[in-house]
Amino acid sequence: MAEENAGESTAADKAPGTDDGSHSGSLASYTIGLAFALLLTGASFLVSQTNLLWSPGVPAGLAVLAIAQMGVHLVFFLHISTGPDNTNNVLALAFGVLIVTLIVAGSLWIMANLNANMIPASAVMEMLR
Amino acid sequence: MSAHSGTAELPGLGTTLARGGGGPAPVRIVVAYGFWIFLLSDIIMFSALFASYAVLSGQTNGGPSGHDLFELRHVGIETLCLLFSSYTCGLGLLAVARRRMSGFYLCFALTFALGATFLGLELSEFVGLVARGAGPSRSAFLSAFFSLVGLHGLHVTAGLLWLSFMVAQIAVRGPRDFVRRRLLCFSLFWHALDIIWVALLTLVYLMGAR
Repeated sequence: MAEENAGESTAADKAPGTDDGSHSGSLASYTIGLAFALLLTGASFLVSQTNLLWSPGVPAGLAVLAIAQMGVHLVFFLHISTGPDNTNNVLALAFGVLIVTLIVAGSLWIMANLNANMIPASAVMEMLR
Repeated sequence: MSAHSGTAELPGLGTTLARGGGGPAPVRIVVAYGFWIFLLSDIIMFSALFASYAVLSGQTNGGPSGHDLFELRHVGIETLCLLFSSYTCGLGLLAVARRRMSGFYLCFALTFALGATFLGLELSEFVGLVARGAGPSRSAFLSAFFSLVGLHGLHVTAGLLWLSFMVAQIAVRGPRDFVRRRLLCFSLFWHALDIIWVALLTLVYLMGAR
């Protein structure tokens, strides 16, 4: 069957730009990724549900674990790597991270600032009553 | 680079030669790059909802807060469903690459089942919340919660539909190159949903339930 053999021809049979049938993932990388993801998820639940961490530090701990897990997903599942085929992907990712940081941190900053400069909430509540 | 690439089987061909003088990059690389740009724009859209949730998460208007509402055991099972569905999705792609079609169908059936389980759990959570009077109109916190988590749920729904279409395409057209490129895009989408869920789990559920 021609379809069955579509990806098995050698590189020499292909015109430039056609697929070579290779895939960047492997069973090992998916399995390692899953193990890391499960470990980090478990750690997140543990940190949030117990007093293992100093309690004011828990949000920071959770944020670190979440960012680590996102990194694991990017590397082991999405196969974002430092390889030459991936330069554009990494640059786009960096730009995306910049925009996301600006939106989230900027919104929080602006809203906290507005909140701090507002009439105290209790006074507003008095006015509303 | 080009001097090194000349040592490959034939100059100008193959993935290692995709830069500089080596000719155009393989279609697979270009397609994945374009889809990656789409995924990043999707993540940026989510970031706006994350920002609004982070701002509004304390505004419960006297209603229930996350601490009263969230059941972490439930959320933990949802997380496991998504993680394992990502794993089986990746295994499915490997099976296609090795032309093991029954393995592919098994993996994607598992992926679908796990995704559907996640969706069912999320829907039951939503229904339970609305039944308790904690629907999206109750407070700004719950509006932000439902739009953020609901949008992720919509993405999972779209992913399940896409998954079904991809299985049908593989069944009808066979594992040809263009079908496999679509399959690669689907897997990127499915894994990206996991990344969004990690952020959601941490910000909404784990921090909210404390």
